[in-house]
Amino acid sequence: MKTFKLGGVHPAGNKISEHKAIEVLPIPKQVQIPLGQNLGAPSVPIVKKGDEVKVGQLIAKSEAFISSNVHSSVSGKVLKIDNVINQSGYKQPAIVINVAGDDWMNNIDRSETLNKNITESKEEIIKKIHELGIVGLGGATFPSHVKLMVPKGKIAEVLIINGVECEPYLTADHRVMLEKADELMVGTKILMKALGVNKGLIGIENNKPNAIEHLQKISKNYDGIEVHSLKVKYPQGGEKQLIKALTNKEVPSGKLPIEVGCVVQNVGTAFAVYEAIQKNKPLFERVVTITGKSVKNPSNFLVRVGTPISELIEASGGIPNNTSKIVGGGPMMGKALVTPEAPIVKGSSGVLLFDEKESKRVKEKSCIRCGSCIRVCPMGLEPVLISQLSKMEMYEEAEKANIMDCIECGSCQYTCPSGKPLLDYIRLGKFKVGQIIRNRGKK
Amino acid sequence: MNLLTVSGSPHIHGDNSVKKVMYGVVYALIPAMLISIYFFGFDAVRVMLISVAACILFEFLIQKYLIKGPITINDGSALITGILLAFNVPSNLPIWIIIVGAFVAIGIAKMSFGGLGKNPFNPALVGRVFLLISFPVQMTKWPKPSILFSNITDAISGPTPLGFLKEELKGERTVQDIIEKGSTWVVDGVEHSYNIPNYIDQLVGNMGGSLGEVSAIALLIGGLYLLLRKIITWEIPVTYIGTVIIFTGILWVVNPEQFVNPLFHLITGGLMLGAFFMATDMVSSPMSSKGQIVFGIGIGLLTVIIRIWGAYPEGVSFAILIMNAFTPLLNNAFKPKRFGEVLKINH
Repeated sequence: MKTFKLGGVHPAGNKISEHKAIEVLPIPKQVQIPLGQNLGAPSVPIVKKGDEVKVGQLIAKSEAFISSNVHSSVSGKVLKIDNVINQSGYKQPAIVINVAGDDWMNNIDRSETLNKNITESKEEIIKKIHELGIVGLGGATFPSHVKLMVPKGKIAEVLIINGVECEPYLTADHRVMLEKADELMVGTKILMKALGVNKGLIGIENNKPNAIEHLQKISKNYDGIEVHSLKVKYPQGGEKQLIKALTNKEVPSGKLPIEVGCVVQNVGTAFAVYEAIQKNKPLFERVVTITGKSVKNPSNFLVRVGTPISELIEASGGIPNNTSKIVGGGPMMGKALVTPEAPIVKGSSGVLLFDEKESKRVKEKSCIRCGSCIRVCPMGLEPVLISQLSKMEMYEEAEKANIMDCIECGSCQYTCPSGKPLLDYIRLGKFKVGQIIRNRGKK
Repeated sequence: MNLLTVSGSPHIHGDNSVKKVMYGVVYALIPAMLISIYFFGFDAVRVMLISVAACILFEFLIQKYLIKGPITINDGSALITGILLAFNVPSNLPIWIIIVGAFVAIGIAKMSFGGLGKNPFNPALVGRVFLLISFPVQMTKWPKPSILFSNITDAISGPTPLGFLKEELKGERTVQDIIEKGSTWVVDGVEHSYNIPNYIDQLVGNMGGSLGEVSAIALLIGGLYLLLRKIITWEIPVTYIGTVIIFTGILWVVNPEQFVNPLFHLITGGLMLGAFFMATDMVSSPMSSKGQIVFGIGIGLLTVIIRIWGAYPEGVSFAILIMNAFTPLLNNAFKPKRFGEVLKINH
């Protein structure tokens, strides 16, 4: 069975919520919709305090190339545009809206009927994806329209749909694949048309046999789409690892997937693309997993963007007494929240509640130079070396040791028998080296 | 609700720990430990207990009174050094010499560099080589093995097969002649004789040697356990043993009268102990796969060169220590293969 070759780890799956069907989370009383919900430049607000907005109304516009539009997820009145604490713990400008009713824009088709007929041209598709604020829902939130605009001199050969969901605990993509399979397929066809490719590969890890079987059956109705089962290994959901697993092509260091003719989109993104093109619906809600070993009702909720995370926690049966860490995202790459009031954004795939024991890191010991971190690194780096170089502020050397290739998957730290905070220092090092590289460019 | 813990990802950790790694090695040493007790009796127990106790005590004293840092004697690393040092000495070694060896191993080879993870050389081997050079007489008086506790007069000693072969080859004899006929000699009017044990005895460990190195079978079982539990990787043992087989095999094919066959090299002396337990010491061996392969080949070549042309009949300890010195260079020279380093497109 296919998988990527270099490195990788096998954390316990803990897919507690995998059998829970997607439920609609009740609309909160107030939402905080951050302006920068994508990788790249934040968008600029076009509403002001006191404005009435409808569900799906454009409220902030993208002005830079790598940026995306933001739409209101609720109807109501703009209370203020002010800083809120986001999932990373930083203050970030957001549009705060007091909810009144659930009044949608008239041009959004709210019917459930499946529309397989793709009428838009390639250019129209890309334009609409841009207008309706679609970003990568796998977590990196790269604006989707940018990925679909193949640079001059490059040729797209294959579209890859990422249904790996290699992070433990998370089941949002799994549920989308089970419950929205046809929509996902049409979304994939739309993306294939936008790229001008006639081959689409959907990669799913074999810990989701029902999703593989279901999609394989349905894919027979859609030309050019193949569903592939992949051997479970973290971080297979990493773009470069998934391309390697499915096509055996290696994206060169520092380059984008298009270099090897591939474009990768998440299953959630493909579903959002379907809704945008066929139903005219902007991206303002998504499926989010709320789970944890002590959570009463681990669930997969369809959540409006801007909903405070505390609302999801309430809906899952309230916060367990022993909770001492809330993670936004998966346990390998997610962020520990400063406050449960941080809003759900387009890139939110899950919320995890950890008890005291799960929240603690193991005690740090001396490095025994076992080389485990090197063996598990999916990028073929030496985590122990680049971590140490960063700690010692030897950033130029860290750059030479290819610190910028690190995808921050956390496999090294996960596997380290000495409990070293390897990724903490590598992350710091990447930040500093990034600054050095940018300054060099300015000179 | 409690206060929230905020830390960087990853938020989960695999169940591996230094302690698990170290005790895994200790479990892997149990078969060889039992065999050594079977053949060398109470003496083996005595040497092991004293060596382990001394190693742990020295580590404790240095951490408490010299470094004044945290005490980490229960992490299992001093325990391993103690067992391995005991495995590398004859079972009749005087107590005080064992204690000197433990001091050199822990005090000089390990703690003076900063303790666990910082030592460039394998501590047990440094202790062993120090003793071999300082006390050559005591360190090369090998008691003859005897079945469990039947050895009453433990004054009887004999050579190791490797040592005997090397001595006899200095005369005009051929390998076949030495193996078939053995040798007799007279010391102070008493006649002594020695025959090289057969291959079965060599495999099981019924021969003279350091107490933990004699049984190739027991060490192989322990080595396989380490490989299965992924505590060690295949590179060092396979390339080390492979190099010894190929090198001695070539010599043997070219001149079987002067050079003994590879199997003999494989199952006598400290090769198995060295290949699975000493050369694979994580701290003093390279970290990347390629580095480990070069490291293993290097130790293999040096072992054979010392065994055949060197002054000592056995070269495992020296070979490993010499290659330990190359570890930092190998770590620099052989980087792991990077993802996306070479553009590969398979159309």
